Amino acid sequence: MAMDSRQISDLAREIRIQILHTIKGAGMGHIGGDFSVTDILATLFGSVLNVDPKNPNKSDRDRIILSKGHAAVALYSALALRGFFPVEDLKTFAKPLSNLNGHPNRNKVPGVESNTGPLGHGFPIAVGTAIGAQLAKNGSRSFVIMGDGELQEGSNWEAAMFASHRKLTNLIAVIDRNGFQQGSPTAKTNELDPLDKKFESFGWEVCVVDGHDYKALHKAFTDPQAKPRVVIAQTTKGKGVDFMEGKAEWHHKVPSAEQYEAALEQVGKQ
Amino acid sequence: MEEFDNRIIFSKTLIALANEDPKIVVVCNDSVGSSNLTEFRDLFPDRLIDVGIAEQNMVGVAAGLANAGFTPFVCAAAPFLTGRALEQIKADVVYTRTNVKLCGMSPGIAYGELGPTHHSIEDIAWMRALDSLPIVLPADEAQTAEAVRWAANMVGPVFMRIGRYKVPSVSQGQSPAFIPNKAMRIIDGSDITIVATGTLVSRAVAAAAQLKAEGISARVINLSTVSPLDTAEILAAAKETKAIITAEESVTRGGVGGAIAEFVVQNHPVPMKLMGIDSFAPTGSATFLFEHFGLTADSIVTSARELLKHGK
Repeated sequence: MAMDSRQISDLAREIRIQILHTIKGAGMGHIGGDFSVTDILATLFGSVLNVDPKNPNKSDRDRIILSKGHAAVALYSALALRGFFPVEDLKTFAKPLSNLNGHPNRNKVPGVESNTGPLGHGFPIAVGTAIGAQLAKNGSRSFVIMGDGELQEGSNWEAAMFASHRKLTNLIAVIDRNGFQQGSPTAKTNELDPLDKKFESFGWEVCVVDGHDYKALHKAFTDPQAKPRVVIAQTTKGKGVDFMEGKAEWHHKVPSAEQYEAALEQVGKQ
Repeated sequence: MEEFDNRIIFSKTLIALANEDPKIVVVCNDSVGSSNLTEFRDLFPDRLIDVGIAEQNMVGVAAGLANAGFTPFVCAAAPFLTGRALEQIKADVVYTRTNVKLCGMSPGIAYGELGPTHHSIEDIAWMRALDSLPIVLPADEAQTAEAVRWAANMVGPVFMRIGRYKVPSVSQGQSPAFIPNKAMRIIDGSDITIVATGTLVSRAVAAAAQLKAEGISARVINLSTVSPLDTAEILAAAKETKAIITAEESVTRGGVGGAIAEFVVQNHPVPMKLMGIDSFAPTGSATFLFEHFGLTADSIVTSARELLKHGK
């Protein structure tokens, strides 16, 4: 069911509302990075991915690997809203013995492809799923979503080099380029720019888009490819709530009761 | 006695399996030659994925291939596979429970003169710490062939060591030579038990023969599966013999000796002696280093005598 932009926007709003409920209820979560990646997830799950909630392990499904596993609540919310498991289950997030751990677990949560959390792991795995799809000739595409800070991990560049060597035209790497890592801007910690030129020199197609523009994201995810493609999605950490946007402290801060109400009101209007 | 490089039978078995099952693939790190995979590559060029010198990517790619429905055998020198890619092994393979077969080639001190950077004496301790990861150390050709076939047919991750240091047959026509999850009692005895792995099994067998001439009855267990530990067999050894020696081509801290000691001390304590390699090696060939670290039949005999006499 391919959604139009209005429907994707509705899905994104519902994902943000579930993120707020879930993080408030658990008293923990990475809200800033959840909000920055929300529109990417809404576009993929709404109008791009060949996945089936009723048959989450079908062999020719598209793979979506959330390398930035700390944005688990955003992924859980998207999966629940797309019917992979009951939305009600989100209330158990981070509670004792819940299937919904602080980082995603493939063996407990339908729709999760790999147990991510340590950074720099998803990209090589997606290269593997893309090679597997080429060997199986089943048309499956692979998407890996990374935070920008995790590109400081060397394993990603091993994967980038090899994906180009293997001509993986069924692979898309999505960078949630919100400009922040845990404690500070990426530019102040270990500069990533010129990121586009780095990927170009590794033999990739580079697509720089507004990471909150559904149409631009959809086009970047669906245009025919001659090479592996990186989508550098320029995003805003904390997107959708004015007092969170662009603030490093909202990496994993939990909103107070007043902040929660204010955030819900803002997000609900979107 | 004729001796064999287990890598030869390893690749022969892998080729046979690949002929039977199109899902079998190999992932390696510029290690086609050192893993003896030239013939596999020539026969199945699309099914040998050589990532180059990039072990983290190698293990991640293998996890992805498993996710895509394939059965990847990761073939890489044991020190780089386990040391460089430890977190990928932990998270992408073991914790995610992907169907990846981790084959640590040329383990232990096989690389002799190349030195401690190229020795893999820590791998068993590192792999043992991971939850529910089978650890298999085939001791000869027959065990290697059967263990590789078993690994291909079971679903889930495995770590196995594939040795390059030549070893004689210890299975001696015994069939099956390898039983999953079981320790192989290859010589029975009542005074002392020698639990040996890999290259040390044939040395333990030789030691038992020498001890027999002295009137000491030594049981020899080939612990070809370290995890899960065959606790029934170890408990029987503790109850039925007076002492236990462990012998391995790796660190005893957390290694095979550690595994046996952890179990014995909590269930039926008996005097033990742990023989292995507990320091970085000096320069020398593998054969020299076995002597240097006292991993010989003579040293096992001496240890057995002292353990029975003095309790340590």
